[in-house]
Amino acid sequence: MRFAFTADQLELRDGLRDLLAKECSPAHVRDAWANATGRVPGLWDRLVEVGVVGMLAPESAGGLGLTYADLVLLLEETGRHAVPEPIVETAAFGVPLLGRADLTVAAAPELVPWADTADVVVTAAGRFDPATIELSPRPSVDGARRLFAVRGRAEPVEGLAEAFDRGTLGFAAQQCGLADRMLEMTVAYVKERRQFGVPVGSFQAVKHHLANARVALEFARPLVYRAAVTLDPVHVSMAKAKADGAALAAARVALQCHGAIGYTTEYDLHLYMKRAWALARSWGDAAWHRRRVGRAIL
Amino acid sequence: MDIEFGPDEERFRAECRAWLEANVPRPPLPSGDTREGFTAHLEWERTLYDARWAVVSWPREYGGREASLWEWLIFEEEYYRAGAPQRVTQNGIFLLAPTVFEFGTQEQKDRILPKMASGEQTWCQGWSEPNAGSDLAGISSRAVRDDAAGGWRLTGQKTWTTRGAFCTHLFGLFRTDPAAERHRGLTYFLVDLSSPGVTVRGVERLDGDEGFAEVFLDDVFVPDADVLGEPGRGWEVAMATTGSERGLTLRSPGRFLATAQRLVDLYRARAAAADDAWRDRLVDAWIDAEAYRWQTFATVTALAQGGRTGPESSMVKLFWSELDVRLHELALDLLGPEAELADGELASWMKGYQFALAGPIYAGTNEIQRNVVAERVLGLPRR
Ligand SMILES: Cc1cc2nc3c(=O)[nH]c(=O)nc-3n(C[C@H](O)[C@H](O)[C@H](O)COP(=O)(O)OP(=O)(O)OC[C@H]3O[C@@H](n4cnc5c(N)ncnc54)[C@H](O)[C@@H]3O)c2cc1C
Repeated sequence: MRFAFTADQLELRDGLRDLLAKECSPAHVRDAWANATGRVPGLWDRLVEVGVVGMLAPESAGGLGLTYADLVLLLEETGRHAVPEPIVETAAFGVPLLGRADLTVAAAPELVPWADTADVVVTAAGRFDPATIELSPRPSVDGARRLFAVRGRAEPVEGLAEAFDRGTLGFAAQQCGLADRMLEMTVAYVKERRQFGVPVGSFQAVKHHLANARVALEFARPLVYRAAVTLDPVHVSMAKAKADGAALAAARVALQCHGAIGYTTEYDLHLYMKRAWALARSWGDAAWHRRRVGRAIL
Repeated sequence: MDIEFGPDEERFRAECRAWLEANVPRPPLPSGDTREGFTAHLEWERTLYDARWAVVSWPREYGGREASLWEWLIFEEEYYRAGAPQRVTQNGIFLLAPTVFEFGTQEQKDRILPKMASGEQTWCQGWSEPNAGSDLAGISSRAVRDDAAGGWRLTGQKTWTTRGAFCTHLFGLFRTDPAAERHRGLTYFLVDLSSPGVTVRGVERLDGDEGFAEVFLDDVFVPDADVLGEPGRGWEVAMATTGSERGLTLRSPGRFLATAQRLVDLYRARAAAADDAWRDRLVDAWIDAEAYRWQTFATVTALAQGGRTGPESSMVKLFWSELDVRLHELALDLLGPEAELADGELASWMKGYQFALAGPIYAGTNEIQRNVVAERVLGLPRR
């Protein structure tokens, strides 16, 4: 038993963190909110270049032939930076499903983000035929998530259930990254912001809110990492249920501890908060995943 | 990442399981927090010791099997899975012993540890006082130097001492330098409760058992050989092992995994009357027990690679104590009108509930743990 990442895996994670800090800053995410695609121009190519997109594809198909345990920390990073790209849909879901690394995949059980700029669209109904596909925009609270209702002829794809589990786990990882980011922003803020002559972070009520959110994250992460090794559907459901809970708790506490500044769109918090809200209700919400765990244990 | 136990560990698990299945007393012993129950539990401790299961992680010379942390976790999982008795020796073997291993002299180790392991000597924790609970450094019980006799004279009162009315010995902090700064003038003493000047009064706890005690000390002589660590360094000695109390060793995941499984069994038995909201809470609690297990595996991996327990143990204490309350609350909800029964098999849930409610209070209250997480994990300013 050695339940820890290798130095190489951590190094890859740190490398991606540095890259995203530069190329997917809050300013870039804001730009995606405002532009035509909801994506960051040029970012996808960089993600392809550094190997994140094709990580799970065999080397013969242009990938790195690595495992989900190698990918999971990278997906967590894409959450931390609220990367507005179908990275989970492609790297975790589409690449192993289609066995190739050269297509951008948009996918969701129902409403599909970035369906208009992807090469392939997959929902629970299957893979859509580009000739018959009809996309109707359904704007999301997260302005970068260009969301669509999809209609048309869909063909069944072999292995869809497993693919949905891999995708779900990717979003659980993103939720951990989002929770971590929101906590980090809030800790920094409450150390600076002064009221009554002291930093508001010295008030116990504020401390306890943040401690609770930190604990929720501490105990969600191991479930995500365990599921990345086993890819057992029940483990995936445990991970998603707890990661959603941790992200929603962090969002709630982050806003409360910021006060009104967090309630503006000029401040960056909302970029992460809204992503967390959206992800918590897609690919199965916590209640859906608990029901699935319940069927296994009861 | 390797998340399987190896063949040696699986063999160890099988050995634990087989021994426990053959030896765990049935029906369960009476509560170890009563006088009769305590005696019955000491017999069980002796049985464990004779088969070298009492202190699996200790060196062989003191009665252990030199089990790794992983094996210890496995032992704990099997122990609670088997429904084996509570460990009335726990405050000695889990709280005092790590301190003795770290700070004790060779003479102290040789003298104290074997008798602790066998249950011949039983230890209670004398930290709290009537005016010092969360603010432990505020204790006022004092120890005065007696050079002629080669030791110290202790006077004062300890309280909430778990099983103090039944134990033979107490470990505790006493003020040896009233002039020093609060945290400095303290010394860690080991006290024989049969010494002249000691009076112990049992106190009934919420669940009706005499599990608490008040310990009064009136000029009690303690020889130098029973000072643990250096005089005046008691705070550091005590704090070095608080991580053990909050986290891993006192409340390992096996305990909560076993409670969650018992709850699943209870739910199944009552499924006809159970509603979906209960099912949802049950699954949530089950997932939390799993989360605790895997968080522990991550911690133990880090420890095995040379890490040390830090303020993160406060997160662990918050998590297990609140999980334990949730598990028991749900059981009472499932029992409905039978929840209040104080007798018979089902009463173990109400009993367990009352004990679970103490979790957020002892070993540093959860408010204190949240302060620690905020200040030492997140880095927020102290006031
Ligand atoms: C079942 C049980 C077994 C125990 N066994 C032992 C034992 O064997 N040996 C022993 O020495 N002690 C034992 N204790 C005592 C335990 O250590 C104390 O209860 C604990 O340290 C809290 O102290 P207190 O009860 O005096 O509460 P107080 O410290 O008076 O606290 C009262 C309330 O105020 C809150 N509070 C206090 N300070 C702060 C702060 N700075 N910030 C926020 N809130 C604060 C607390 O969280 C609590 O809610 C036991 C307690 C229980 C319940």
